[in-house]
Amino acid sequence: MRTATVSVPRASMIDDDVVLTVTGLNVDLRTPKGVLRAVNDVSFEALSGRTLALLGESGCGKSMTAKAVAGLLDPVADVTGGTVVLGGTDLAALTPKGRLAYAGPELGIVFQDALTALNPVYTVGTQLGEAFRIHEGLSAKAAKVKAIELMRRVGIPEPESRVDSFPHQFSGGMRQRILIAMAVALNPRLLIADEPTTALDVTVQAQIMKLLRDLRTESHMAVVLITHDLALVAEEADTVAVMYAGNVVETGPVKEVFGTPHHPYTRGLLDSVPADVGRGEDLTSIAGSPPELHRIPDGCVYQSRCPLVQDICRAIRPTLEPDGAGRAVACHFSEELDNV
Amino acid sequence: MLTFLRRRIVSSALPLLVVVLGVFALARLTGNPASLYLPLNATAEMRANFTAKYGFDDPLLVQMAHYFGGVLRLDFGESLRTGESAAAMALRAFPATLQLAGTTMLLAVVLAVIVGSWAALKPNGIADRISSFVSMAAASVPDFWLAIMGIWVFAITLGWVPTSGVGGATSWILPIATLLLRPFGVLVQIVRGAMVTSLSEPYIKLARSKGASEFRVVTRHALRNAAAPALTVAGDLTVSLVNGAVVVESIFGWPGIGKLMIDSILQRDFAVLQAAVLLTAVSIFILNILIDLGYAGLDARVRPAGRRKKSSRAVSAVAAEPKERKIHVQTTP
Amino acid sequence: MSRPPRNAVQLPSGGRTVAPPGTEAIALPRGESVADKKISLFHLLLKDRFASVAALVLVFVGLTAVFGPTLMGDLSTRQDLGATNRPPFSFSDGWAFVLGSDSLGRSMLARLVVATQTTLSVALPAVAISLVIGSLWGLWAGYHRGWRETVSMRIADVIMSFPSLLLAVVILYVFSPSAANIVLILAVTRIPIYLRTARAESAELQSRTFVDAARTFGTKPNAIIRRHVIPVVLPTLLTLATIEFCYVMLAESSLSFLGIGIQPPDVSWGLMVAQGRQYLQTAWWLSFFPGLAIMVTTVAANVLAAWLRIATDPAQRWRLTLPRKRLLVRLPVEEVL
Repeated sequence: MRTATVSVPRASMIDDDVVLTVTGLNVDLRTPKGVLRAVNDVSFEALSGRTLALLGESGCGKSMTAKAVAGLLDPVADVTGGTVVLGGTDLAALTPKGRLAYAGPELGIVFQDALTALNPVYTVGTQLGEAFRIHEGLSAKAAKVKAIELMRRVGIPEPESRVDSFPHQFSGGMRQRILIAMAVALNPRLLIADEPTTALDVTVQAQIMKLLRDLRTESHMAVVLITHDLALVAEEADTVAVMYAGNVVETGPVKEVFGTPHHPYTRGLLDSVPADVGRGEDLTSIAGSPPELHRIPDGCVYQSRCPLVQDICRAIRPTLEPDGAGRAVACHFSEELDNV
Repeated sequence: MLTFLRRRIVSSALPLLVVVLGVFALARLTGNPASLYLPLNATAEMRANFTAKYGFDDPLLVQMAHYFGGVLRLDFGESLRTGESAAAMALRAFPATLQLAGTTMLLAVVLAVIVGSWAALKPNGIADRISSFVSMAAASVPDFWLAIMGIWVFAITLGWVPTSGVGGATSWILPIATLLLRPFGVLVQIVRGAMVTSLSEPYIKLARSKGASEFRVVTRHALRNAAAPALTVAGDLTVSLVNGAVVVESIFGWPGIGKLMIDSILQRDFAVLQAAVLLTAVSIFILNILIDLGYAGLDARVRPAGRRKKSSRAVSAVAAEPKERKIHVQTTP
Repeated sequence: MSRPPRNAVQLPSGGRTVAPPGTEAIALPRGESVADKKISLFHLLLKDRFASVAALVLVFVGLTAVFGPTLMGDLSTRQDLGATNRPPFSFSDGWAFVLGSDSLGRSMLARLVVATQTTLSVALPAVAISLVIGSLWGLWAGYHRGWRETVSMRIADVIMSFPSLLLAVVILYVFSPSAANIVLILAVTRIPIYLRTARAESAELQSRTFVDAARTFGTKPNAIIRRHVIPVVLPTLLTLATIEFCYVMLAESSLSFLGIGIQPPDVSWGLMVAQGRQYLQTAWWLSFFPGLAIMVTTVAANVLAAWLRIATDPAQRWRLTLPRKRLLVRLPVEEVL
């Protein structure tokens, strides 16, 4: 039986407490082309009762950041720098065994593809109850009772009869609810949701996001939402950290960042959203594509697609500069962007 | 479940029939046993009497009808050598092989699971490389050579174990050790491969995210999923264990059914050969059914009927060809 | 207002568009593919020490089989009854007896070399025959499905449900154990292995979209099999063949050991082990060296097969090219604010 031993009491009952602080996180990847930096000097904060979105295209390192925080990196990836502080403890400095006490009671993670994330040979009830058996030492029977409770909490109909079903017997939306249920089973302080709705129909998406919202309000969890969907961020997130090629390029409250972006990439993203485009007109996009991991240039990572690029951008990589008003941006010429 | 069983029995009846028929035909082809059982100076008349007495001069079809009639009555005739009921001889020898093969397979599986899982925890780590080499060496050893070397070292030179025969506990050691090595070697590689695949599946990450210890992850989550492909291979290996048993039983004088079959071939004792072969074939067939049942027990997706909403490819693929679980398998028996 | 160039970043300030400066100058270097640089199979082999050694061993065995007997001349059959059962590892009787001599005074080394040729000349043809027949049959059955597939699988079941060694013993007893018969029976008993694998792969592939596409273009089945299915299946089959080589070699040795395989005066490794059995106490080397030869060859083939399995699978090949995990030192970080 294992309970989390942390110096700070669990699950704050108020909002806007700092729950997670990531500072200068680096993740290196061992590939046939050598050791590459997949996540570079990433820093952000997650507050209780609020949702932070990690926004970026595929391959920008947002998923890897989330896995690094959760301690679930693949063996070919290593955390090579930075701290991940949850409730006063640096998770990155712990051994895998030391982390086990936190996985579940402090930190929950919802994976993207519910079908492969669930073990096909065990019933849903067994898998839901497992967290209780590990951390609270409950018997199989007691765990099953808790599992039924959980299923009810996330809105799965007739939980008593469905608790003995197997994952492949549920629909996609139901499976995602099960995943969410597993993640929040022990009321963690931090919930990481890795593209929770990407594999779902649009109508189901809305339901799932509402479920996440309700759960967050109930328990004042901090939610970190990984996504590439701008609309989702606009609707669901309080703060956003925009990532590009393994770096965070801009952070801040969603309304402000989306209203007046400070970074050319953010601007480009927002402008790419189709709006007020007449029939037959071209859609806007950002020219080029993100650099491959082994071709990330020195200097600013966005240099090859930036309209404001100068020599200094090619030489010196801008770091995330807070502006004192809750926003930060990594760009040498963010002021110019406002003027354009 | 019953429909599944029924289907399996029907689909396996044909191979069984062919095997039995085949042995009948082949046994007849080894020639008239008269020359073996009668003294060298037997007259032609004596030979004729012998042949007529046992019906060896009847047309083949008559002999076959006779034989099948006997099979249905569970009467396999008598041994030409001892006059004893062939069925009785086969049934007496069978348990010895069963004990040997059963113990061997059990040991092989347990050891292979332990070593294979341990190696899979850190692919390409030191443990993995060592176990990989050891298992490969084990799978490559010629069993007859190992048996002989074993006898030479442990029985003759060191005198720790007897050279042959069934006796006390020590007489089991060499035969089992010899028989064990190849299945163990093959199984370790299979288990390791299946575990590596299993451990890289997303649900393992999920289990870890719930705070499951490494031990729990390996035993409860990974192993359960890796067991299915390993089971298939174990089934094939058991068939080949009969091969190995033939050699080992001959060398160690173990009174099992393998030795019985070899002896009856060499002595042209048809009846005993047929009985022994049929007994072996039936037990293999039962074993395969048990394995299919076990497979379905382990993996819920494979179970026929039930409240299945979606039919995954795995299900339809397996349902169509029960033995065709697609795995990249080292089939060295 | 002129139409903005297609790929310009459009900034919301009255339609003025700006092409990113210098985009014309920044062009990705041509010719460098995004995918891995093509490393030839040979170089990949050299990277793995174990596999290279294994390949070397097999080449050595192969060369011995081809050239050895001629080099040895009649050494393997020359009897010297004054020098029977000589122990190995001494040069007192000349280099020919470095591995000792047998009960008739024949050189062990020479006999081992000749046995190499015999053993391989049984194992290799058997593997080749079963590979070709089994694979083609399986590919055909898997492609067409239906009754062809079912019947083929039932036949495979029949052959596989019976211990092959026993089958071989019975048949060889009936038809007399010549080398050709041994090759034939071993080939036949191993056909089902290729049959099953080829069928499974072929059946799985034929339901894939690219085969449907070929069909809509009117490509004949044989052409589809030849052009689309075989290239995908070939690596698996070749890996299987390498493993099967081990099995066939062991089977021949077992048969010869039981007395129903290669017959004297021919010599194979298995036969040598059998012949040395009665001299275990006095002349252990008679059985030891031939068995060792079998084992070394089998291990080498197994190692190579394991490597082949990874190297010929494009999805797994990267595993062989990873840099080693270095012990990374965590840099001290400034205090958390």
